Amino acid sequence: MAYKDEQLNEEKVFKDPVHRYVHVRDRVIWDLIATPEFQRLRRIKQLGTTNITFHGAEHSRFNHSLGVYEIVRRIINNFQGRPHWNNEDRLLCMCAALLHDLGHGPFSHSFEKVFKLDHEFYTQAIIMGDTVVNKVLERVSPGFAQEVADVIAKTHSNKLVISLISSQIDADRMDYLQRDAYFTGVSYGHFDMERILRVMRPIEDQVVIKSSGMHAVEDYIMSRYQMYWQVYFHPVTRSAEVILTKILHRAKHLYESDYNFKLQPTHFLSFFLGKVSLKEYLKLDESIVHYYFQLWQEEEDKILRDLCERFMNRRLFKYVEFNPNKQISDLLRLMELFREAGIDPEYYLVVDSSSDLPYDFYRPGEEEERLPIHLLMPNGSLKELSRQSDIVESISGKKRTDHKLYFPKDFLYTIKDEKIIEEIERILYGKEMQS
Amino acid sequence: MLDNHAKLMQFFSEAKQVTGRKKLQKMVYILQSFGIPFEEKFQFHFYGPYSEELTLRIEELCNLGFIAEEKEVKSNYFQYHYSLTNDGTQFLNQFSVNMPSCSECIEILQGKSSRFLELVSTMLYFKELPKDEVKAKVHTVKPKQKYSDEEMVEAWNLIDELAGMIH
Repeated sequence: MAYKDEQLNEEKVFKDPVHRYVHVRDRVIWDLIATPEFQRLRRIKQLGTTNITFHGAEHSRFNHSLGVYEIVRRIINNFQGRPHWNNEDRLLCMCAALLHDLGHGPFSHSFEKVFKLDHEFYTQAIIMGDTVVNKVLERVSPGFAQEVADVIAKTHSNKLVISLISSQIDADRMDYLQRDAYFTGVSYGHFDMERILRVMRPIEDQVVIKSSGMHAVEDYIMSRYQMYWQVYFHPVTRSAEVILTKILHRAKHLYESDYNFKLQPTHFLSFFLGKVSLKEYLKLDESIVHYYFQLWQEEEDKILRDLCERFMNRRLFKYVEFNPNKQISDLLRLMELFREAGIDPEYYLVVDSSSDLPYDFYRPGEEEERLPIHLLMPNGSLKELSRQSDIVESISGKKRTDHKLYFPKDFLYTIKDEKIIEEIERILYGKEMQS
Repeated sequence: MLDNHAKLMQFFSEAKQVTGRKKLQKMVYILQSFGIPFEEKFQFHFYGPYSEELTLRIEELCNLGFIAEEKEVKSNYFQYHYSLTNDGTQFLNQFSVNMPSCSECIEILQGKSSRFLELVSTMLYFKELPKDEVKAKVHTVKPKQKYSDEEMVEAWNLIDELAGMIH
């Protein structure tokens, strides 16, 4: 039997708190899960610094990747025998689902911002490079790895397959909303996925939803809306993210200034130099990052030491609302005052905008940039969701901007010049701070 | 800190007005691919390189009153026009932006259609591939656009022209 068709003697299952069980019968999928590149995802948290706010959010990219695979497997089972569905694409879909986040590194958002990296680039590199994952995929058939990479990059010719993995209502989003809700413990994020899977229909170049399933999709859209504002954009999580980003900036700056680290930051060197090979990229996981942050708490450099101590011990920056239009002169004045007080505003005064974080919000198609969710009407026509649903229409295109100014409030009490403190307090709070 | 917002405002300051969301996306992507330091992350979407971050940042700038968005009703769609406001100009005057001027390139790009910029940005997205593979890839990912060989040649010429201007 060809490797691509090979089945395990017995079905394997992974117990899963979201989907109850993740079922594996295909040898290829089983082999991919066993690769070092996929196992590495166990050491990368799905939500980065969110566990600092929601302590349960310790789940990994490994959990999520298995979940996305399981959802796609179930969708495909429902698609069997339907028009437009070619069962030859089954393995391609499942492999792409399983591997779609393979290139994520530790604290992806901060690392990508500071070191100008792109996890999608590394997903491609792992699938196409000299890796065990590549060997497994190429054993299926020569060129299969490239096909999987193309589906994940959304550059494959089969748009239907792409839309299963990546669209406004796809397996990726359906898994992470439910999983993140489960592990954070919030009551948002729940929707009737079984119902959505039952009403999904393949058409020529996308997956559409039978109009009778519209209310289940409304629930899904609402859960996304709530999860973004209640969990993903939580201001405390953003504070931890701000500090993490500043640690990386400081460490890079010190390296470039020939600073003598007590222990050579070997795992970071290629990141500081901007030339990260695949091998080096794969070596860095969250345990390694935490190890260095632990060590850097004892560095000579005051800023690096302080930022690491804050991150490791959850001594976070406080924040106030900030309007860049009305308060830009306030910000510039605050920067001066911080400098006068000996606090470097480059590291200790940070404006953070919510869209600096991963953000994918439902928007009806505008100038055809993004494929909207289409409802399949009883007469066979397609209607865009927000044209049919008042609920979705009401949250589409609403104001979603949030700017906050982060700073270490505890530092302000160490300033000796009272006039400086008073002016800072006036700008930040419009009155004296409550200690 | 607000650097990315300021870079986009600088772009609008030089462009005066940009018409069309798709055109805006493709212009920023093309400039970025020639090294203009826009930080927005682009991914391949159904219609070429597209940045959700850019969409959201533009919306933020509109909400802040730094960029004006005018909606024009066309026969079967909406067209959007973007320009820097007085508040935006004032903000830029107070904020130092570390970005090279690219007004000549912007002017050239503004003179092209969004369909053509979609082709150029898609070709740049696959720029690591040999030229003939780029052509095949464009036809694979955009079969409905039916780009002609002449358009491809014109796109390569524009890419060479921009490369000469920016580097």
